Amino acid sequence: MNSFKDILSTKVPADKFIEVINGIYDGNKVGVAADEIAVLKSRISLDVIEKPVIIIGMGTCGLANGAQDVYDTFQEELKKHDIDAELTQVGCVGFCAEEVIVDVKIPGYPRISYKRVTPENVTTIIERTIIHKEPVIQKALGKYHDADDTLWSEIPFIHDIPFFKIQKKVVLENCGVIDPESIDQYLARGGYMALSNALLTKSPKDVIEDTKRAGLRGRGGGGFLTGKKWEFAYNTQNDQKYLICNADEGDPGAFMDRAVLEGDPHRVIEGMIIAAYAIGASKGYIYCRAEYPLAISRLEKTITDASEYGLLGKNILNSGFNFTLKIKKGAGAFVCGEETALIHSIEGKRGMPRPRPPFPAVSGLFGKPTIINNVETFANIPVIFNKGVDWYASIGTDSSKGTKIFALSGKVVNTGLVEVPMGTTIREIIFDVGGGIENGKHFKAVQIGGPSGGALPEQFLDTKIDYENLKEIGAMMGSGGLVVMDESTCMVDLAKYFMTFITSESCGKCIPCREGTKRLLEILERITKSYREEETEIDSLMRFQGMLYLERLADVIRDTSLCGLGQTAANPVITTLRYFRDEYEAHLYDRECPAKACRQMLTYTINEDKCIGCTLCATRCPVNAITGKRKEVHFINQNICTHCGQCELNCRFDAIIVE
Amino acid sequence: MSSEVIYKKYPKNEASNLIAMLQDIQDIHGYLHEDDIIKVARHAGVPTSRVYGIATFYNQFRLTPLGKHVIRVCRGTACHVKGSLDILNILEAELGISAGETSKDLQFTIETVACIGACSIAPVIVIDGKYYGGLTSKSVYKLINEYKKKD
Repeated sequence: MNSFKDILSTKVPADKFIEVINGIYDGNKVGVAADEIAVLKSRISLDVIEKPVIIIGMGTCGLANGAQDVYDTFQEELKKHDIDAELTQVGCVGFCAEEVIVDVKIPGYPRISYKRVTPENVTTIIERTIIHKEPVIQKALGKYHDADDTLWSEIPFIHDIPFFKIQKKVVLENCGVIDPESIDQYLARGGYMALSNALLTKSPKDVIEDTKRAGLRGRGGGGFLTGKKWEFAYNTQNDQKYLICNADEGDPGAFMDRAVLEGDPHRVIEGMIIAAYAIGASKGYIYCRAEYPLAISRLEKTITDASEYGLLGKNILNSGFNFTLKIKKGAGAFVCGEETALIHSIEGKRGMPRPRPPFPAVSGLFGKPTIINNVETFANIPVIFNKGVDWYASIGTDSSKGTKIFALSGKVVNTGLVEVPMGTTIREIIFDVGGGIENGKHFKAVQIGGPSGGALPEQFLDTKIDYENLKEIGAMMGSGGLVVMDESTCMVDLAKYFMTFITSESCGKCIPCREGTKRLLEILERITKSYREEETEIDSLMRFQGMLYLERLADVIRDTSLCGLGQTAANPVITTLRYFRDEYEAHLYDRECPAKACRQMLTYTINEDKCIGCTLCATRCPVNAITGKRKEVHFINQNICTHCGQCELNCRFDAIIVE
Repeated sequence: MSSEVIYKKYPKNEASNLIAMLQDIQDIHGYLHEDDIIKVARHAGVPTSRVYGIATFYNQFRLTPLGKHVIRVCRGTACHVKGSLDILNILEAELGISAGETSKDLQFTIETVACIGACSIAPVIVIDGKYYGGLTSKSVYKLINEYKKKD
């Protein structure tokens, strides 16, 4: 036997299949030797291996750091050394800052993780670890627990290093550990056990009740109780219902859904089948962004494999329940993250929201009852039915249960994916897991929840993260992007950035969002202008007038917009204005950008002592504002200069003074 | 895959597949030609205006041909904080085109993307499907000149 599929084809009834693999049902009764399965299972899950296994992190972040080259080099070098070893790929383990991460497991030794592996390191790793069975200490990230933990005692356990120590991997437990394209590896680690539990031992009503009792809330942003949402669809009578997985992760600064889809797609599918069973949906869609080609190709393979194993399609696990799944590619519209807009997009229309009610749970896709949950929500479902409702409900705070995945990025040392229990403080995530601010700079703010969220200053670092606490201080959970900013980030510029984003993503259906955000952007643009760009006194007056109206306008947009995108569009402006008012005032009154980020307000001059006359700045200046002869000090004509900053970016001698 | 295969793949008079059809056609030609939009509309049994409406609503679709190399600059929050605007400005200055445009010799197209989901290695650009992360102004010059030399 080479794969679990062989077991399925040896007359094991479908409803016993998963129980047989997991040793809950006596395999001998159905004609499969139990010990044979145990051997197969430990081989598939890499517990017992016969030859070395090399596991390379090949998620998008790994690939961007050159994982493909590392993979190819391993292939070549193994051949050269005449070593029989297995090369496999996994999704992202979460520690993106240390990619390319390569795990090596040789028979009788623990699985060891190597960080920042380049093609040049491959020979060393092969010779030292695979041939001489010793770790390459300077490249080691950590080792996994094994039968004998005393081996390679100089290497710390991977779960003890600061980045992983306070994390609690529940949803991400398989990401970066198993081959996402192998259904067998997922099954060997207890995959689809929850599905078998739910389908064969519980009624749809029980599944909904359990989900409600577990306290799982939607991970996409709103935080609505998932079980309750399902109940609405369950109670709506209709011959056709739909289930949709929202994988249109459009929030700039969020990539947790991508990582789950790339690293453990079967978990999402399993969660979806359970949800479909609960609400009685026979058809499902995964609406995935076209910007995630790797996630889409992995999902396609996942659906094919699951169908072959009888876990999707007709009569799943002999339970009489049917469910088919299709992938719909998004086409790059942020607003399609909104439920009704997403539905329109699947129907082949422009992705514009419509007023609710009726809610999709009553009348959604093609007018039928539809439930939409996001990727992380579905990925939480299997664990509830594996480890039990009480276990799940014991994690987190009173109102928010379970764990939350955050995408930690920006000016922080350890960027990556972080999964922590609800109730962890922002400080713990940024400073304990994230290792603090990079380049020894100071923390200034953290943007939580993407364009709908808010920027929080230092005083809120000890806030325990849950849905209510974040709402109270003006941010929101959103999908869970955490973008850390240091003193070189200008908060007015940040607000301007978000408004630029929103104005280009607003669908244009309702006026407050379409026109209001545009006016907000204009006000912010006027604030960040210098004297030089103003022609009349009216311009100067308009700056102040805009500032006076800013808050009122933001309130009107929030109160009168049609959908969530518009209602939260002004949040970045409101929070930055509330917490960083001094920066707005510095721009407005002093015409100064304290962070030196708003280029238009800066003056570029050349330091005569440092300039050697290399002419690079003059050739790179797009408006020919820089003059000077070769080997002589150059000069910037302030009347022509457009403050693009190209000269500063290009100068190799630090000769550009920015004030 | 030729256009004919696409029309066979999707049933006639079925408007829910419009976006998928347009995506497939764009995958082949790199952009949506006027004739294709009319053909798709006839196949799906909807007015041409509706197909045009979709093609102009979604950021993914383009109505003009692409350059040989497509440079997609991520303008997500993390990338912005780490200086992606500088990266974009450099690319625009080096290639002499603005975001959304194609160079006259049809060699390069610059596009901006809301977020490509590789925030941990910001700032990121994607050239012809290959990801380049952790860029600085210096490495962008090097990178773009390598691509220029390729031709």
